[in-house]
Amino acid sequence: MPRITMRQAISQALWEEMERDERVFIMGEEVGIWGGTYAVTKGFYDHFGEKRVRDTPIAEAAIVGAGIGAAMAGLRPISELMTVNFAFSAMDHIVNEAAKMHYMFGGQMRVPLVIRTVGGGGRQLGATHSQTPDAVFAHFPGLKVVAPGTPYDAKGLLKAAIRSDDPVFFIEHATMYQVRGEVPEEEYLVPIGESKIQRPGRDATIITYSKGLDWSLKAADQLAKEGIEVEVVDLRTLRPLDMEPVVASVQRTNRAVVVEEGWRSYGVGAEVAARIQEEAFDYLDAPVLRVAQKEVPLPYNRTLEQSALPQVADVVRAVKEVL
Amino acid sequence: MEKDTHLDIYHQMVLIRRVEERATELYQQGKIGGFLHLYIGQEAVSTGLVAARRPQDRIITAYRDHGVALNVGIPATQVLAELLGKATGMSKGKGGSMHMADVERNFWGGHAIVGAHLPIAAGMALADQYSGSNGVTICMFGDGATNIGFFHEALNLSKVWNLPVLWVCENNRYGMGTAVKRASAVDEIRQKANGYGIPNAAVDGMDVMAVRQAAGEALEKIRAGEGPFLLEALTYRFRGHSMGDPERYRDSSEVKKWQENDPIGIYRAYLTAEGLAIEPELDAIENSVEEEVQAAVQFAESSPEPAPEELFTDVYAA
Repeated sequence: MPRITMRQAISQALWEEMERDERVFIMGEEVGIWGGTYAVTKGFYDHFGEKRVRDTPIAEAAIVGAGIGAAMAGLRPISELMTVNFAFSAMDHIVNEAAKMHYMFGGQMRVPLVIRTVGGGGRQLGATHSQTPDAVFAHFPGLKVVAPGTPYDAKGLLKAAIRSDDPVFFIEHATMYQVRGEVPEEEYLVPIGESKIQRPGRDATIITYSKGLDWSLKAADQLAKEGIEVEVVDLRTLRPLDMEPVVASVQRTNRAVVVEEGWRSYGVGAEVAARIQEEAFDYLDAPVLRVAQKEVPLPYNRTLEQSALPQVADVVRAVKEVL
Repeated sequence: MEKDTHLDIYHQMVLIRRVEERATELYQQGKIGGFLHLYIGQEAVSTGLVAARRPQDRIITAYRDHGVALNVGIPATQVLAELLGKATGMSKGKGGSMHMADVERNFWGGHAIVGAHLPIAAGMALADQYSGSNGVTICMFGDGATNIGFFHEALNLSKVWNLPVLWVCENNRYGMGTAVKRASAVDEIRQKANGYGIPNAAVDGMDVMAVRQAAGEALEKIRAGEGPFLLEALTYRFRGHSMGDPERYRDSSEVKKWQENDPIGIYRAYLTAEGLAIEPELDAIENSVEEEVQAAVQFAESSPEPAPEELFTDVYAA
């Protein structure tokens, strides 16, 4: 199986879906002539033309709002927000419009829209350009929120998102575009709303997603050298959240650590920990611990930034604490 | 224009008025909850727009949406049932006053966040342009919506992409209780379109024939590929912003003056003066509307509540 980068996997997903379905088109800032600020849509403009690869003004509410309208009218738009930090300028359209349109009109309207965006810190971009606010978006019923951690999942989930009849908020990670992984040449989809065991183990369960998967797998490698076998469950989709593999794993290992890049308070870890105690309380031999970002706006300085972000060592330490 | 069309337009305007009056009573009886934004006084705007549109033209509006709902032909039964939160409402009782829609009739809501539906309208127009339809999207909004960023992002995008959209500002002089002059840098709203190179016009929003004429001309220009157009309909709401509005922001003398310009009265006088209808015909319409609304209220009141399991349906389409 070919090993390709996350960037290639996402790019392939978009390309294949655009080839497959005339209704699929992309709009966003610098997606066309520039080729995407993360080079994901490089070559798309020349191949598909300006009708289907549309450069927009810097106007996030219009990018998402027009995507909603076009989706309601029968197209399959992909509205790209250059980074998730800019999604706040489109917040009304994401949470008040896209997420509610189907329910609020009694099922009359559908919003088959994908909002593709990029989150994550670690690139010294300062406080406003480094956030991981995934939990914020996962708060709203009606929206689906996907955040893959491998090229395989990114490609399969993005293709599924484009074919979904619901609005999907698809979060990529700014520092993962060069991550490589095996991706089959034949077509496949990864269903939205299914968590997956990325590494089996018997001693403790790490629940994570996106960039957290990378830290968690590295921590698992280190721990394995000490004879500690952790199971790593990748959520892949934050809403709807599939707790079944998580609960099943905790029932086997009796110990859980949640690893996420976002802030600890009200985060993904808070939700998952609450669900574990609701659904598997009797199986727990230790409190569920969280590894997350320190409660500060991310600073520019490299050392300070890294000390605010979760590290592999933090994951290793947390696992040892629950053992 | 055929006589029957005139009588139909008259019927629509009277129907809106009577439904709104009955809704007021139902609200006062505690049978309608939440907000209730009445369209009384503004009937000529939505009626004129709908009379000018072709079936392929989408229409989308803000939360003061009962008028459009009735204009596009949603039966009063369903409108009132939605107001009462019943399963027979067109949004299954889940939308309420502000979220009326009927996709089959090309009416796309009923949107409750001020200005938020403008970018959505641009997207619908984009879809029609993309797929080669010659439909135009008619997007209605109030004067208050022209002060929020969504308006400016949407107008700019519509011009940049030459989208087939007719922007219609219903300038009823107040955004809730704040007069246009106190909230907008220009009180002639249509001037804002000039900043985006969008051609525009003003029209007497109390005169249904004038609205129909102006909208019809604009729609054909847009259909011919000339891009977006903004129409400012000068109108007035005779009632408060929503129920329970103490109306401290305007004099009753001002309201009274506008009420002398009642759009239904103006149209009735036009029809009789032009010999298009005689008084007894119009009286007969008024009477039939009374019966229609009475029956609709009965239908709505006797309709079932949504089933408990409806709580969890339609969160996702798939």
